[in-house]
Amino acid sequence: MTTPFLNTDALPYCKGCGHSLIAKNTSKALEKLNYKPLDVIMVTDIGCHGIIDKCLNTHTVHGLHGRSVALGAGISFGTENPDKKIIVFIGDGGTTIGLQHIMEAARLNLNMTVVVHNNYLYGMTGGQTSGLTPVGFNTTTSYEGNPFGGYDICALSHTAGAAYVSRILGICDISDKLAVAFGTKGFSLVEVLEICPSYGIKLNPRRKLAEIVESSGMKIGEWSNQREEYVKYQGKKTDDLLARLPEIRKGFNSYLKAPMSLIVSGSAGEGVQLAAGLISKAAIGSGLHVTQKGSYPVTVGVGFSTAEVNLSPDSIHFHGINIPDMVIITSEDGLAHNRKRIENMATGKLFIDSSLEVPETGAEIIQHDFRSVGARNASVFAVFYFALKTGIISTESLFKVIEDEGKADKLPMAKIKDALSMVK
Amino acid sequence: MQETKKGKRTLIDASRLIIESMARAGADAFIGYPITPANLLYQYGAQRMPLMLAAPDEITTLQWMSGLAATGKVPITATSFPGYALMIESVNMAYMMELPMVIILVQRLGPATGTATCGAQGDLTLLRGNISGGHPMPVLCTSTFEDAWTLSAKAVELAINLRTPVVLLTSKEEVMTSKSFDMNTLPEITQVERKYYDMKCDGKYKSYKPTDLVPDFLPVTQDNHQVRINASTHDKEGILQHSNDEAMANTRRLEEKIRQKAHEYTLYHMEEEKDADKLIVAFGITAAAARDAVKQLREEGEKVSLLIPKTLQPAPQVYLEIMDSYKTVIVAEENMNNQFSDMIYGLNKPRNHRFVGGLGKMITPQQIIEEVQA
Ligand SMILES: Cc1ncc(C[n+]2csc(CCOP(=O)(O)OP(=O)(O)O)c2C)c(N)n1
Ligand code: SF4
Repeated sequence: MTTPFLNTDALPYCKGCGHSLIAKNTSKALEKLNYKPLDVIMVTDIGCHGIIDKCLNTHTVHGLHGRSVALGAGISFGTENPDKKIIVFIGDGGTTIGLQHIMEAARLNLNMTVVVHNNYLYGMTGGQTSGLTPVGFNTTTSYEGNPFGGYDICALSHTAGAAYVSRILGICDISDKLAVAFGTKGFSLVEVLEICPSYGIKLNPRRKLAEIVESSGMKIGEWSNQREEYVKYQGKKTDDLLARLPEIRKGFNSYLKAPMSLIVSGSAGEGVQLAAGLISKAAIGSGLHVTQKGSYPVTVGVGFSTAEVNLSPDSIHFHGINIPDMVIITSEDGLAHNRKRIENMATGKLFIDSSLEVPETGAEIIQHDFRSVGARNASVFAVFYFALKTGIISTESLFKVIEDEGKADKLPMAKIKDALSMVK
Repeated sequence: MQETKKGKRTLIDASRLIIESMARAGADAFIGYPITPANLLYQYGAQRMPLMLAAPDEITTLQWMSGLAATGKVPITATSFPGYALMIESVNMAYMMELPMVIILVQRLGPATGTATCGAQGDLTLLRGNISGGHPMPVLCTSTFEDAWTLSAKAVELAINLRTPVVLLTSKEEVMTSKSFDMNTLPEITQVERKYYDMKCDGKYKSYKPTDLVPDFLPVTQDNHQVRINASTHDKEGILQHSNDEAMANTRRLEEKIRQKAHEYTLYHMEEEKDADKLIVAFGITAAAARDAVKQLREEGEKVSLLIPKTLQPAPQVYLEIMDSYKTVIVAEENMNNQFSDMIYGLNKPRNHRFVGGLGKMITPQQIIEEVQA
């Protein structure tokens, strides 16, 4: 006999398998709730329970072992119509390997129902112990009985925030119990307990389902959480990532005729990347081509902070810097991070804070008290100093960037100007 | 030659170009899990995509993307090897289900966690074989900021039109570097037009019945036709089969679809120098060094051509033809084992073939020049 949801009576399971009962009662429950087949999206896991697809008149999605709850979650995220029903069929094996996905869907209270076919073992692969096998239960990988207890998937899902959870015995008519879960808005999970005749019954002769459930210490029952419906909270969006990028117009000139590489380095929190950005933008404003990248330890708030900048009158392709043409060092951290490169310089210029020991180098050494304007602004001051001394970009072009970006009141401009005026 | 012509110049990183380009082409969801050096892409994706979801791991990322794709969305994500490794089974699933999506794979130094903030080009071999059965999955690789713009849109187009996951391959040094850039040089991107199965068609819709190799798409959220999506071996209807003729024809089609349609997506840059008998081949970040090397070599009077492959998978035949037509071929890529040449020649590398490799450091133009002149 067929039903609106099942296209056959001959379900593809071993005789007496509880999976048949679940499939038939699912169909019955959906009928009771007046669902139309194509309002239901059935997502099935890998395992015996998952081969039900071909018998269903619903939409069917057959994914990977253990991942079907996450796959169903994706469908739930993408489904605008709240009258659609997303149901995931999964085994105790899939529940074990994909536990995280169930917790996540429960935590977010996604609109879907998960039906755990708990037959206490991996059916399809030959009756091995799963994470839901109860203590003492025999499987093909524990003939003397499972030494451990199984996960309480209901308690876990409930704690994670599921709107509705129930554990039921897979006997007689369970359609009303399934219907409660299917009718729940938000995330619901039903753990149906059954025994796999082919392995479970064979390996545990004379044991009855109710007694096994009793021995597992897990109670038949229902649990719920008062939950708000899941809302796709989205932060502030932009409809064009390029629109608000400031255009940098050419207002200055640079005498630079060949590519030049520059390293700015100091300590985290001392404005290194900001300072390098000022140079880069001022250089663009002076008609140059630029590349800029930063490097710092993973703990971004301590240790060195280094910026690598290339300036060139022509377009730049390769942007790596092996031995730099110029280096600006404002702190001990910056010196330590770049000592080797500085020692390898045969020419070029080294701008270094006067508090620091000067390494052996072929570069011309220019010492200055960059930290006099305060450690936090040492790098910004140093790039002004660099501009003044080299003329590659002008200090005016740097001031322009600061002004254009509205950073003037965030930086001690008066102090910097003062300090600059004292430079000969 | 200082900038004189009118342009809209700014300082920009490639991550921004990639996400904006994909959004304009039609990507509408970003699913993220943090990993350096892909974090900027995640940040921009969150700001730009109509839907952003923070996944709890990369397996979930791919599963959520697949679920969204089944409802008609075009999801993207960005990751690096450790995350991609977790995704592989699910990438296979999406490939088998024929769901469109783009994974931006930002290469970093491995093996394993390796060095998160160090660039590399070590994942090509993995991408060649990451679909069980060896079926090809499209891989496009950026080598310039212009590519970050045009190839990103192409990746979305390819994913939609061929109904397949696509990898946009890039590296730390590309997506975490800012550059002066003239925004007026960016070509316009139009949204990819999606073709759906004509709902008014009478008769039974079969989820995997192809029209010109690609099945017509219908989302699982509509109620006119039954949709069956399946990651197991299946027939045209989407019903699980062991290995019958129809199911094998379907699996074979997955391979043929990519191989036959991919020629529309054979993208590369060839700079042929007249009478040159030397060819430099470089993709991704190393292509930048190769450009500089070629420029300098030519200034020194050396005759040398340059090939920058952008479509890496399926490997276009034309690369072999080009490489075979030169007396000396120098391939530069930032790994120890010459993965690109492996892909082209296998064990049968010709005598005239030379390799410039690198590990933990960008290959410099000088290294390439030395090999050319050796
Ligand atoms: C990643 C992965 N690991 C292992 C398998 C093999 N496998 C297939 S079905 C299955 C067990 C299914 O058991 P369960 O989920 O309990 O479902 P049942 O067969 O009992 O219905 C396993 C482990 C797989 N398909 N994928
Ligand atoms: S092996 Fe067990 S779980 Fe699988 S169909 Fe048979 S009885 Fe059911």
